[in-house]
Amino acid sequence: MKVLVAVKRVIDANVKVRVKADGTGVETTNVKMSMNPFDEIGIEEAIRLKEAGKATEVIALSAGVQQCQETLRTALAMGADRGILIQTDAELQPLAVAKLFKAVVEKEQPQLVILGKQAIDDDCNQTGQMLSTLLGWAQGTFASKLEPNGDSLTVTREVDGGLETVALKMPAVITTDLRLNEPRYASLPNIMKAKKKPIETLTPDELGVDVSPRLKTLKVVEPPPRKSGVRVSSVAELVDKLRNEAKVI
Amino acid sequence: MAIDFSPTDEQRMLVETVRQFVEKEIFPYEAEVDRAGDVPEALGKQIRDRAMAQGLYAANMPESVGGGGLDAVSMTLFDRELGKATWGLAGYVGRPSEILMACAGDQIDRYLTPCVRGERKDCFALSEPDAGSDAMAITTRAERRGGDWVLNGTKHFISGVGTPDFAIVFAVTGVEESGGKGGGRPRKRITAFLVDRDTPGFEMRRGPRCVSYRTYNNYELSFTDCRIGADQVLGEEGAGFDLANRWLSGTRILVAATCCGKAERALTMATEWAATRKQFGQTIGRFQGTSFKLADMATELRAADLLTLNAAWKYDHGTMTSGDAAMAKLFASEMLGRVTDNALQIFGGMGLMEELPVERFWRDARIERIWEGTSEIQRHIISRELLRPLES
Repeated sequence: MKVLVAVKRVIDANVKVRVKADGTGVETTNVKMSMNPFDEIGIEEAIRLKEAGKATEVIALSAGVQQCQETLRTALAMGADRGILIQTDAELQPLAVAKLFKAVVEKEQPQLVILGKQAIDDDCNQTGQMLSTLLGWAQGTFASKLEPNGDSLTVTREVDGGLETVALKMPAVITTDLRLNEPRYASLPNIMKAKKKPIETLTPDELGVDVSPRLKTLKVVEPPPRKSGVRVSSVAELVDKLRNEAKVI
Repeated sequence: MAIDFSPTDEQRMLVETVRQFVEKEIFPYEAEVDRAGDVPEALGKQIRDRAMAQGLYAANMPESVGGGGLDAVSMTLFDRELGKATWGLAGYVGRPSEILMACAGDQIDRYLTPCVRGERKDCFALSEPDAGSDAMAITTRAERRGGDWVLNGTKHFISGVGTPDFAIVFAVTGVEESGGKGGGRPRKRITAFLVDRDTPGFEMRRGPRCVSYRTYNNYELSFTDCRIGADQVLGEEGAGFDLANRWLSGTRILVAATCCGKAERALTMATEWAATRKQFGQTIGRFQGTSFKLADMATELRAADLLTLNAAWKYDHGTMTSGDAAMAKLFASEMLGRVTDNALQIFGGMGLMEELPVERFWRDARIERIWEGTSEIQRHIISRELLRPLES
């Protein structure tokens, strides 16, 4: 089984994100970038499938600027076998990414595609679902457990009401949730080995995909600052404030 | 480009791995071991085993002997991250003495290889009660008896984590016929020996408690008619100092790199505190008394980082002088003293409380200006390099 895992280069989770002064987006100059944490979980799951003898090859896939190579290199150091970068300076929206990934899927013919449930930059939570629809494949989103058995896949999903277990026919698209696994960090020997692993570079043109944006960003603003709280002296006062001031109960 | 400060992909990932290792495997235990004054054996073993699983153990040793094979610049970046943790625990991420590369014949299987594999631990025994900065003043001696050597003398401040399995002991084995340079005292012939802990006549005991790195042990070693075979000589007889000098500069870069890491940790904490702690109706970072301190700390840290990386880069290119390593060690360790002192000042009274690690950073920083050559010795090395070419 060939597994394709999408990895996105995003602002590091520990960075305090700032909105650009002109309101066109967030500040990314001199900001630490890392692999989207949900994608790290995706890579980890694929490597575990390979270690368990269930996957034969793990391919890391990214789309975006040239520096996404760094993200792919991290995936290779974790244990992926090779990388593919669809290189473009264009702004990529989920639908465009899904179309690009579909083109790569058709080329590579994996049985399983794993994506993060969302990227921590725009929090869209769309690409996996769009990709599965474009491919006409089954989807198991928000996965917290994966069990491949032959041609099918049992996926435990984290849904609002608790856990839902679904059986999917492969090929399938999976999106990872936080509790699927705890990703490893690259060991020194694997970091050195990653240097020799290949990264193939493609372009949207080569894949015949129009990536022009369908959505227009009007303005990006900081969320309103949180007002400081008040101390209440009794439960009765709390209930009163919730009912009459906040009007939430 | 003549000057390129950007790390390679490998170096970037290496830093990330060491950073995560330190934050996950070491930081959570620092306060408790420091308070207890001791590291439980199981914890030391756990850190060692996990470091091995990550390939971080013996990263300083060449690949040909099973080490990580990192160049000096990569090793400096590695040490900078590892150095953020207390030596008392970071020491378990093993780093065999590079001097063991001088092992020959069956010494390789008895000492070098087991150290790289984490099966045995060495200690570097040079200092003596009457021979600190003046290393040439050592009096531990080894005399030939039959085909063997007999050791007598005392070593102290022999530091490391856990208990070493053998010592690399420097002892006097004679005096040069020609005498010292410039008519000084006669030059001693000094030889390095590999001495197993269980050798009769070799005693090892814990030394006094140290205020810096409370859990980083220091041992006193004593040798009383301790008889060892001729095959226990490391390198050539009489060449012990040359051997030691060949890698002492490397350990000075190591100290400099760890000081930079430690300073960054203290600076980060102080900055976060200054940005949130309010007094007189505003964050204390808004007061120039605090903000300018932070500016100085960050600037000095940057300078120390560049000095250290420059020395490492020259090491890799075979152009590093003793002065280059001395400058990095001198400036970085003194910078750390100022940065931790300022960090403590920014934290005020809280900085002195054991609830926060700031007091520990401040205590731990003090030893950095003393070990691996005091600041005074580093200045001596640097000034000798300036003056010697002009003196007749």
